[in-house]
Amino acid sequence: MSLSRVKDLRLPLMNLVRLKGTPILEQLHLEERLLRTSSDNWCIVNDGTNVPTIVMGMSGKPSQLLEVRPVMEDRIPVIKRFTGGGTVIVDKSTLFVSLICNKDDVPNVQPYPRSVMAWSGSLYGEVFKGVNGFQLRENDYVFGDRKFGGNAQSIIKNRWIHHTSFLWDYDVRNMAYLKLPSRVPQYRLERDHTEFVCRMKDYIERSDFVERTVKAVGNQFSLKQVNLEDINSYAKGGYLKTTRLLTMEELEEAMAGTIQNA
Amino acid sequence: MALRMWASSTANALKLSSSVSKSHLSPFSISRCFSTVLEGLKYASSHEWVKHEGSVATIGITAHAQDHLGEVVFVELPEENTSVTKEKSFGAVESVKATSEILSPISGEIIEVNKKLTESPGLINSSPYEDGWMIKVKPSSPAELESLMGPKEYTKFCEEEDAAH
Repeated sequence: MSLSRVKDLRLPLMNLVRLKGTPILEQLHLEERLLRTSSDNWCIVNDGTNVPTIVMGMSGKPSQLLEVRPVMEDRIPVIKRFTGGGTVIVDKSTLFVSLICNKDDVPNVQPYPRSVMAWSGSLYGEVFKGVNGFQLRENDYVFGDRKFGGNAQSIIKNRWIHHTSFLWDYDVRNMAYLKLPSRVPQYRLERDHTEFVCRMKDYIERSDFVERTVKAVGNQFSLKQVNLEDINSYAKGGYLKTTRLLTMEELEEAMAGTIQNA
Repeated sequence: MALRMWASSTANALKLSSSVSKSHLSPFSISRCFSTVLEGLKYASSHEWVKHEGSVATIGITAHAQDHLGEVVFVELPEENTSVTKEKSFGAVESVKATSEILSPISGEIIEVNKKLTESPGLINSSPYEDGWMIKVKPSSPAELESLMGPKEYTKFCEEEDAAH
């Protein structure tokens, strides 16, 4: 038996699912289902989503976070996800990496937000080794003082998920759908979206990033590729699905609320 | 070590148990140098507390939990007149970038929900055992309280958990 094979046997198992262009709502539903009904560890990589979509955190209020009128006029889907954190607009240029772990398989990480965030920062530190200026800054991945990766988590009894949307590239026009949030990291200062974020493509090749990420995860887990079609055998039983698409009525209410408060 | 002794003597004066939280120890964060554990409450290993008075049990999360979670910005709580089950989720808090589910230490029927937490979720940080209470429950199996930890046991549990990481 080779040494690397022996090493693998000592690492906890993680299932790797590689997607391409999967709609973000479908990805989030999959993640919530695996978090709540599977007992395995999972790494899900989605190379882009199909259409521009706004994704808010669990407590997000559209009237506060979105320019609701253009969102409705341009029929941009708005999702409320099961994890915390802020609002992003994602599209085919966005890269998604999600890690679902049993807390006992990552014993040096306490199941609390800051501990999980620090662990993720260390993992991506390996991915971006040699790429100038990478760091976890407050709760964002940045190059220097510009954000390119947004993080969110959900922590349940014995498991947690940490997922990230990486801004490979973006259309400036899409940023105009988002308001400046009331809660911002200190390092943002008062910069608007275009001054605050940067494009990952200016720092690393897309395929390079994906392979380095899989390799970094593989240094801590023994990876096994799983196809989407086989997921049902891993995720059994019912669960409360909280990730959902906001209805037109909800967006209309949000717009009415915005007009009233103006 | 001196800081730990100060914390211990202060805790004794206030008739509180205390465990020194190893996270965030610095000369300038004395208020966070220990997590308060109150006498007279029972504690779950998932860091919720229960105060049992007559036929009502009040439930919230501990000072240790709120310290580790960070600033709470949103609380999701159930409706009144619904039921809770021991060790099952009844709600969630959002802090930093995370939603963290809250587990009920006991089973029963919810008779009151703390509506102040909608507008002021930070009460969970500033007053985890008083103004930050989450739900009041009519216990269906009072014997479940016996399986929970007392203050000394919970203090030791927190110290061991922090030391292990």
